Amino acid sequence: MATEPIVEEIAGTCVNEHGGAIGMPQLCVDWMPNQIFWLLVTLVVMFFILKTIALPRIGAVLAERKGTISNDLAAAEELKLKAVAAEKAFNDALATARVEAAKIVAAAKADIQKDLDKATAKADAEIGARAAESEKKISEIRAGAMEAVETVARDTAREIVAALGGQADAKAVTSAVTTRMKG
Amino acid sequence: MELEAAQQFAQMGKFIGAGLACIGLGGAGIGVGHIAGNFLSGALRNPSAAPGQMANLFVGIAFAEALGIFSFLVALLLMFAV
Amino acid sequence: MATGTEEHGSEAGGLAIHPMDQFIVKPLFGDGPVEWYTVTNVTLWMFIAVLVLIGLFVLATRHRGIIPSRLQSVAELFYGFIHNMVEDVTGHEGARFFPYVMTLFMFIFLANILGLIPMSFTTTSHVAVTAVLALMVFMTVTLVGFFRKGIGFLSMFWVSSAPLALRPVLALIELISYFVRPLSHSIRLGGNLMAGHAVIKVFAGFAGAMGVASVVPIVAIAGIYGLELLVAAVQAYVFTILTCVYLRDAVGEAHH
Repeated sequence: MATEPIVEEIAGTCVNEHGGAIGMPQLCVDWMPNQIFWLLVTLVVMFFILKTIALPRIGAVLAERKGTISNDLAAAEELKLKAVAAEKAFNDALATARVEAAKIVAAAKADIQKDLDKATAKADAEIGARAAESEKKISEIRAGAMEAVETVARDTAREIVAALGGQADAKAVTSAVTTRMKG
Repeated sequence: MELEAAQQFAQMGKFIGAGLACIGLGGAGIGVGHIAGNFLSGALRNPSAAPGQMANLFVGIAFAEALGIFSFLVALLLMFAV
Repeated sequence: MATGTEEHGSEAGGLAIHPMDQFIVKPLFGDGPVEWYTVTNVTLWMFIAVLVLIGLFVLATRHRGIIPSRLQSVAELFYGFIHNMVEDVTGHEGARFFPYVMTLFMFIFLANILGLIPMSFTTTSHVAVTAVLALMVFMTVTLVGFFRKGIGFLSMFWVSSAPLALRPVLALIELISYFVRPLSHSIRLGGNLMAGHAVIKVFAGFAGAMGVASVVPIVAIAGIYGLELLVAAVQAYVFTILTCVYLRDAVGEAHH
């Protein structure tokens, strides 16, 4: 440095008798060899600590962590793919089951419809038969009633004729009653 | 007696010189502020590019500041070493 | 030289502030002269820096945890920070210099931070120390540059993109700036540290002389102390990144 010649004049007197600094301690040539020596020792020690122990170790740890993280990421990716596949399979199964269920429902419906139709037809036939039977009975009853009315009328007419003192001609009465009944 | 007067005169010169040397620190301050301000205005225009230029920012500040430190050093040398 | 032999304090004009006393190198044992091998406070604080380095980088990482402990992650932070810086600035070729750059950074960083402990000694505030660091970088760059590029290393000074007439002038300027590098490199670090510590000491002197009003300088000291913490880290960073920039000249492709 440019100021060194000046400093050399006070070399050996960097500190006054009270322990205070004379001038700038930074420029005291007396102390420089000491500082430089210990600096070099320190740097060499630090360099070897870092170079042989610390840096390889930290580098290895960082690389290992990077590897672990990327492995984990790959595993996670795989698991994700698996999950997607499983979801797809589930959805497929669900769709199949739906179709199957729809089929079953349709079949059941058809069966039920068939049974229902059969039962309806049977019921209809029965109802028809019963109705016919009833019709027949009603007509029989009606015919029976007509006959009874005719008989009653003939008998009544004959009695009336006899009561009036006439000789009741059965044939004539009958034809008369029949004519009246029809009229 | 005359010698003492001369010494005091020299001392006065030292102090005045040290004070004048410290003006240089103001220049360094202006320079550092200039760098930081321009960096900030650039960073606000294009914030995505800002982090990549941090190293350049610090190097620029260091260069500007070093010159201020030189003048401070001159002041210190005048005060304590001359 | 007038004050050289006078009693200390006369230059402060009554107010007895001795901002330079904190930079005195003292022998730890005894009172003898400071020889080159003497164990001094320089030795002590460099030794403490080495201990901190061992604690941080050897003891804290001994478990090699995949999931790092707190201190291990600090060590990994430093590792990643400097590794990225070397790779980004110097390029892939410069990655071989990583342990060297890491040593420089850790030494300067630890010395700066340890120097901020009150009553401690800041080894990096001494120009002798920073000059050795800067000269090591300068010589490394020069030797590696000539070793790798041979005479082609000199093309760094011959700015081929400039007009031919200007090139000799530019070459001269580049050459001068190349040789000024270690000077500015070392003064920047040492000067910053020395300035900060001296300013804190001056304010402390004010605090001692102002009675009740000394609250003001004490608050100012607290503020400056925070700034000095920043400066300590930033100067270590700047020294290291400039080392990388200079190394790029030596190992990288031409930067012009």
